[in-house]
Amino acid sequence: MPGFIPFTANAFVLEEDDVDTDIIFPARFLLHTERQGLGRFAFRDRPALLDAYARAGKPPILLAGANFGCGSSREHAVWSLHGMGVAAIFAPSFGEIFRGNCANNGIVAGGMAAGTLARLQAMANAGHALSIDLAGQTVTCAAQAFPFTVPDSDREMLLAGWNTTTRILALHGKDIAAFETSQRATAPWLWTEEADA
Amino acid sequence: MTSHASPRTLYDRLWGAHTVVRGDAGKDLIYIDRHLLHEVSTPQSFELLRDNGLVVRRPATQLAVPDHAVPTAERGGTIRGELARKQVALLEANCAEFGIEYLALEGQQQGIVHVISPEQGFTMPGISLVCGDSHTATHGAFGALAFGIGASECGTVMATQTLWQARNRNLRVHYAGTLQPHVTTKDMILALIGKIGAGGGIGHAMEFSGEAVASASMEARMTLCNMGIEAGSRVALVAPDDTTFTWLEGRPRAPQGAMWEKAVMYWRTLRSDDDAVFDRIVEMDAGAIAPQVTFGTSPDQVMPVDGLVPAGPARALEYMGVEAGRPLVGLGVDYAFIGSCTNSRIEDLRAAAQVIRGRRIAQGVTAMVVPGSTATKQQAEAEGLDRLFEQAGFAWHHAGCSLCVAMNGDVVPEGKRSISTSNRNFEGRQGAGARTHLASPAMVAAAAIAGHIVDVRKEFL
Repeated sequence: MPGFIPFTANAFVLEEDDVDTDIIFPARFLLHTERQGLGRFAFRDRPALLDAYARAGKPPILLAGANFGCGSSREHAVWSLHGMGVAAIFAPSFGEIFRGNCANNGIVAGGMAAGTLARLQAMANAGHALSIDLAGQTVTCAAQAFPFTVPDSDREMLLAGWNTTTRILALHGKDIAAFETSQRATAPWLWTEEADA
Repeated sequence: MTSHASPRTLYDRLWGAHTVVRGDAGKDLIYIDRHLLHEVSTPQSFELLRDNGLVVRRPATQLAVPDHAVPTAERGGTIRGELARKQVALLEANCAEFGIEYLALEGQQQGIVHVISPEQGFTMPGISLVCGDSHTATHGAFGALAFGIGASECGTVMATQTLWQARNRNLRVHYAGTLQPHVTTKDMILALIGKIGAGGGIGHAMEFSGEAVASASMEARMTLCNMGIEAGSRVALVAPDDTTFTWLEGRPRAPQGAMWEKAVMYWRTLRSDDDAVFDRIVEMDAGAIAPQVTFGTSPDQVMPVDGLVPAGPARALEYMGVEAGRPLVGLGVDYAFIGSCTNSRIEDLRAAAQVIRGRRIAQGVTAMVVPGSTATKQQAEAEGLDRLFEQAGFAWHHAGCSLCVAMNGDVVPEGKRSISTSNRNFEGRQGAGARTHLASPAMVAAAAIAGHIVDVRKEFL
């Protein structure tokens, strides 16, 4: 995954609260087992929203309502947003699993105070472009700064473009092995299937 | 107490017992003891392993079962839908390649991940357990640190047995008093979600306490913890006690003999200290809770069955075809679904069956019972519940997620109204344009018989 590069683009305003992952990616498409090409299923049952998004020029930034991405853990929701070109989402709050999935796919999910977001939405609706600085956790729009937050560890990962999995193995392999040795002694019932290992 | 350690919550204890590395960027590296896999959220996780040339670190801690995409109306032949057939076959092939135990669709141990894992004793107090499914907090009913994760994280868990996770704040939900007859833990959790909102628990691990929780069965506690995510909490917990240990003892994958004794000794320490500090406490009066029914398209749009529809988001009321200021009682239903990881266990089926009492479902209602596991189905059949349901006009299905997520061919048609024991009333959840009211098993059975929403308490006057 490449590291995050600051960019400037227009934003699409999706004011509704509690937009769940069933709305983003309807369950009947979960039978697809690939990650690529899922953008065509995003918001499939919300044609009016898709029309508005197309009329807005399909911008890569979403300004969303509270609890965006609540509900199901389906990472397909994030893959489909990525597939439709979304690179950053700002909202007062997010479904936690969805937010973690965003970080794992290079999408910025920035928390923004409701009042700040409302002002930014008005600017975006007026056609102003947004510049996103992840390191500084700031959106700049029409020379005004709009602060947002991404949890420290997610921000580090997004900026560096790390592979979480291989990085854990490289940096913490010994820590994990030490934990396991200790747990085998203190909670042996969790290791009975691997007694001879 | 002679210990000078600062008082801790159950969540803090579980977290501490699984911390491999304390991170300096807001997250800790947490050890994962058990991982449940199903066909929908793992194809891409195995791809992650292949792309990076990784192996599964501890295959014995992983358990896979198909549940979401599987047909429930029939079983035994090939799956008719091509995509579903391929998806289930892919899970089996991936498990074979990486050495993970796969519970076959036709086998005795198959069922919904969150039903079969406790049944098997794969779920235990004190463990950390994850699954690519948001309802994983179900296992918190045993005092396990259990939470839902994404597909990428499933890959990370398989390769490293760990995850970087942010530690949550502590939320205690205290249910004082005891429930009225025909009110259940489903109603307790719906009432809570209505009170704190669909995002009210974000960033918090919930621990349920109080008389109504302590007196609840394991099945009922699982229902309670299952829906924590509908209030935004990934983690929901009940401290393990004798009810837990009695339920688990002798299950196939639970510790045996001396190991069991040793484990129980540890499990008895898994509770919040009396003076533990919670970041937030919500008090609920269990005795005042009426049977709950959702009226909108988010689980927090919920009301007592004997109330009036409150003013809600116009879009939700319009989608549902309900009017503010009017009762839900009397509203006709087309579909009645008893099933899902929330309410498909043996006690749920018994509670629904108790309402039927020789009657038939109303004309025009399509009603179905989908047991949560093949073992639950067999238990119910041994008790004669299948015949009772079928004589009443319910279809009796094989185990799976079915109409909770409507991706297996079971679907509510557009514009039709469903009353359902499942966990989400989202737009389109049971089919594009379908309208879903969430309620308890007894409430769903009563509505199926009446043909409209009724107050189940009046069934027993």
